[in-house]
Amino acid sequence: MSARIGVVVFPGSNCEYDAVEAVTTLGAEADLIWHGDRSVDRFDAVILPGGFAHGDYLRPGAIARFSPVMEAVEEFARAGGAVVGICNGFQVLTEAHLLPGALQKNRGLTFLCQTVELEVANSDSILTRGVEIGTRLRVPINHFEGNYTCDPATLEELEGNGRIVVRYVDNPNGSVGDIAGISNEAGNVVGLMPHPERAVDPLSGSTDGAVLLRALVESARRVTSRN
Amino acid sequence: MAVVPNYDALVEVQLRPGIADPQGATIEKALPVLGFEGLSGVRTGKAFRLSVAAADESAARAKVEDLCRRFLTNPVIEDSVVTLQAAAAI
Repeated sequence: MSARIGVVVFPGSNCEYDAVEAVTTLGAEADLIWHGDRSVDRFDAVILPGGFAHGDYLRPGAIARFSPVMEAVEEFARAGGAVVGICNGFQVLTEAHLLPGALQKNRGLTFLCQTVELEVANSDSILTRGVEIGTRLRVPINHFEGNYTCDPATLEELEGNGRIVVRYVDNPNGSVGDIAGISNEAGNVVGLMPHPERAVDPLSGSTDGAVLLRALVESARRVTSRN
Repeated sequence: MAVVPNYDALVEVQLRPGIADPQGATIEKALPVLGFEGLSGVRTGKAFRLSVAAADESAARAKVEDLCRRFLTNPVIEDSVVTLQAAAAI
């Protein structure tokens, strides 16, 4: 049976169809979840996609974290469900305290829209399980607030416990520790600024994003087969 | 509890000390170009004004500070200062 992946749509999300298309291409069944829904129980994994949820008013993710669906997402994550936040979705996960730290404005104050090189730093998260550490991937970024920051104790904890999932090879935005993506302690919640869903079809210039999303689909499929 | 707002609150949100403020730094760099001398330490922030209905000033402060902690600031990177004053009588 295929993994069932739900992609949350907040008012202002704009990468939800890319995410659905990408994971469908990789063999999952995918469907959209409106932010006003109060359950995500019919899915094996949830993606919070990129965009500008609630207009990014106040701070990116600050209002989205109070969308009704987020209570269900938090419960799902606490129960071990796979949750991935991409770009704006990563910002939502930090605001919701499902991941530590915060995403500030990029160093240099420019909106960045380019393909960057990432290095996989952990092979045990839902997005990198089975991917060799050190694997290099070319994946696009598209953000203004992607400069990851956290206090020194949190950074030490992320570094020491293998919770940095992907790093930038050539840091584009000033993120501490070249961090492009992190996981929670259990590895079932991952947030990253780059857009793997935009690097699945060869037409988009790179198919390296499929390496990450395939790991997600596989993680979700294992959940399906357990049910 | 009073229903009619009886306090005016000003909430100033700023980046915590030590958190880089590229916007403030960029503004500061522009100052000499514009002929301003002797100005430094530019830090950007946000301000919110709101009306509060509360039994007394400490209740009003507690309410606004709770709002700051849970919503108006991201405590990882931001601090806030709340200033209250009694609303002008109509």
